[in-house]
Amino acid sequence: MVHKDIGGPEPQGSGALDLLRLENISKQFPGTLALDQVNFNVRPGEVHVLFGENGAGKSTMIQIIAGVHRPSGGRILFKGEPVHISSVHHARSLGISAVFQEFSLVPQLSIEDNLFLGSEVRKGPLLDKVGLRRQAREVLDRLGFDLKPRDPVMYLSRAQQQMVEIAKAFRTKPSVMIFDEPTASLTERETTRLFALIEQIKKEGIGIIYITHRMNEIKRIGDRITVLRDGKFVATIGVEDASDTKLVELMTGRVIEQVFPTVHFAPKETLLQIDNMSTFDGSVRDVSINVRAGEIVGLAGLVGSGKSQIGRACFGLEKITGGKISFDGAVVFDARKINKLGPRRMLDRGLYYLPSDRRQEGLVMMQNVRENIALSSLWLRTFSNGVFLRRANERTVVKDLVRRLDLDPPNIERALEHFSGGNQQKVLVGKSLARDVKLFIFDEPTVGVDVGARVHIYNFIKTLCEAGAGVLLISSDLPEILHLPNRAYVMYRGELRAELPKNQINEQAVLGHFFEKQTV
Amino acid sequence: MAGAIQTQTGLMETVERTAAQVFVRGGVLPWFLIFSIIIFTLATETFMTGQNFMLVARQATYLVMVSMGQMIVLLTAGLDLSVGVIFAIVSVTSSMVMVDHFNASGKEAVWGSIILGSLAGLGAGLLVGAVNGIGVAVFRVPPFIMTLAMSTIVFGIALTITGGTPIYGMPDQFASVFGYGSALGVPVPIWFTIGFVVIVYVLLAWTRMGRYFYALGGNLKASMLSGISTRYYLFMAYVVCAAITTVAALMLTARLESGESNIGRDYPLNSIAACAIGGVSLFGGTGRLANVVLGAIFIILVQNGMNLMRIGSYQQMIVIGILLVLAVIADNYRQKVLLTLRD
Repeated sequence: MVHKDIGGPEPQGSGALDLLRLENISKQFPGTLALDQVNFNVRPGEVHVLFGENGAGKSTMIQIIAGVHRPSGGRILFKGEPVHISSVHHARSLGISAVFQEFSLVPQLSIEDNLFLGSEVRKGPLLDKVGLRRQAREVLDRLGFDLKPRDPVMYLSRAQQQMVEIAKAFRTKPSVMIFDEPTASLTERETTRLFALIEQIKKEGIGIIYITHRMNEIKRIGDRITVLRDGKFVATIGVEDASDTKLVELMTGRVIEQVFPTVHFAPKETLLQIDNMSTFDGSVRDVSINVRAGEIVGLAGLVGSGKSQIGRACFGLEKITGGKISFDGAVVFDARKINKLGPRRMLDRGLYYLPSDRRQEGLVMMQNVRENIALSSLWLRTFSNGVFLRRANERTVVKDLVRRLDLDPPNIERALEHFSGGNQQKVLVGKSLARDVKLFIFDEPTVGVDVGARVHIYNFIKTLCEAGAGVLLISSDLPEILHLPNRAYVMYRGELRAELPKNQINEQAVLGHFFEKQTV
Repeated sequence: MAGAIQTQTGLMETVERTAAQVFVRGGVLPWFLIFSIIIFTLATETFMTGQNFMLVARQATYLVMVSMGQMIVLLTAGLDLSVGVIFAIVSVTSSMVMVDHFNASGKEAVWGSIILGSLAGLGAGLLVGAVNGIGVAVFRVPPFIMTLAMSTIVFGIALTITGGTPIYGMPDQFASVFGYGSALGVPVPIWFTIGFVVIVYVLLAWTRMGRYFYALGGNLKASMLSGISTRYYLFMAYVVCAAITTVAALMLTARLESGESNIGRDYPLNSIAACAIGGVSLFGGTGRLANVVLGAIFIILVQNGMNLMRIGSYQQMIVIGILLVLAVIADNYRQKVLLTLRD
């Protein structure tokens, strides 16, 4: 089942065509072999997508290319010459620039100051402000960015900040540019602009390494795709050969049926009924959906489509301006008349919202597993009487949950920050299992999770559903939406685009509603 | 031969690893305490005596109490700079009410005056805490600004109502019981402090409120999404801190036998120092009660030892400042070691 060099022609020998070529690159970290003899090359004017699960070695590889880490084995050829990239500075002077996921901008400073941060233009001991502004203008104009060099970065949108970040990488006139999950926090419109820009950079003959774990982006932008798994090279294929099924199989090393369990649906009464809901910030407009007990309902859409806000609104986290929400037979929200939303109240009614950002919103990273799992249930009789906590009970319940979740290591007194992403996610799921829940709202339940944990989480969702709970699965992960739910809704820019029954959930139908162009 | 060398280096490694683990588990404080006790014992004859230790314990009671309150606020990622003026307002209001009632009753109602005065002090202290709590939890004023503002406001009030002069004339029993009294050979203030250490331990380890204080400081958003009323518990952190501080203030008032506005000036900084030395994170979410109690005792111990060594109070300020910074540097290093050791 191992794929090797399918499709993509690999010129053997000198590799004179390549801007950058990695041969048998390995990286040993204390205790782990992060990269194991990986081969990779970038040609001028192509977008080479680096694809794989979290922990597959993508980041390690680009960090080696960008000069953050030194490889433990293998060699790097830059424009045909062997090089030892010794630092980020060195990489940049060679012409390799990286746009990292985390912005490296100082919000309070202006665009021009950010562009030249660390290499300010000077006249004697003083800053040459005029020269600096002229050069900043030049870079922005060349890229066709409509930005004012003197504007402070903090007033820019995410996409505009991304543009500044790109301009910063571009300033040193690179021949290889690395983009590390650049669309992670961009809206669809911003993403479209970014992709137009990458097309433009391509035309200048720059080789682009593009990291993502989103399959739909690959087809929009990629030329070739290299898949990594567990630090090993799996395959390099051309984009024309990359179907979703194939990519999932390459990425996970399993056939799709092994990743996604078959769920037996037995839909019963309606648990959640949302009628014509609109939110104050306009992220959701006039949306009506429902979820029944015993089914998994998918809620698909791109980042910024408003799908996440629907889940949050039901929990009382978004300001709602219109519409009606019923849960478990009771009206919990009716514009201007009834508002019984709010985390505590909805939890006690049996609705649990699992946020997508487990670090920021889901877990207390410095506390241990026991404290985290019990946190949203402490006021239940299992965990406390009127005055005191029942710590012995707490330990028993949490130990049992940890066994069911297959937490690794199964140490309930260990702080969350010392667990892997997948295991942290299991703890987040565990929080909801510590109490009686009728409806689970999973918001991106497998973001940054390895395939092993992913399989566990899917199986848990299956178990919950078959035990009679309702599940609303909010996800930008296409395979997840295609394979798990019983029904699926697709959101586009705050509006509900489609409701698809099980037999109509397929790639074309879902993707067709994701983007503007296909629907016109 | 080679084997012997190997076992020897093996032993050295074991010793080193054990030392590292002790350091990682307990932090820098036990080492500070051991070193200071050794130094003071060698440098003075009077330090290592039962009498002196009782003195240290009695002097430490007030700071131990305030530090526990401060710790609770720090756990929620807050800060209480107003603990000093809580001493002022509690001392002033309790003594004024006590003296007035005592005189009005023709010096008859001794215990009635003491109880009434103490309740008045408690009311004043809790009011300061409640205002802090409302400012921070409801109006989202940064804790630093809120409690800094309160410390000048309340100090101003205390000075205004007393005209800046001390208040005398409380019933003698107030001082003789709560300031100088003792039971079973142990001074009353120490009993109170032991009682409060137990209460705070139970609060932090065995109640929902305590668990929530940690969770709030660890991740406010996650706490909110877990159904916790973050506003209420933030508010309560300041009220509980004020309550504990108030009891300390009442005991100090009894000890001094007068109501004074400027009795608590050193407590804001010293209590934060005790917490920092005790390993409480100023960013919230972590901290252990036992270490805070030891941290407070350590500060008093160092002051006591330096007094015995006839080191002037100006120089003492320098030493305490240096120790504070060293403790935090050591703790940062500890976090780093902790990450490499993991389990």
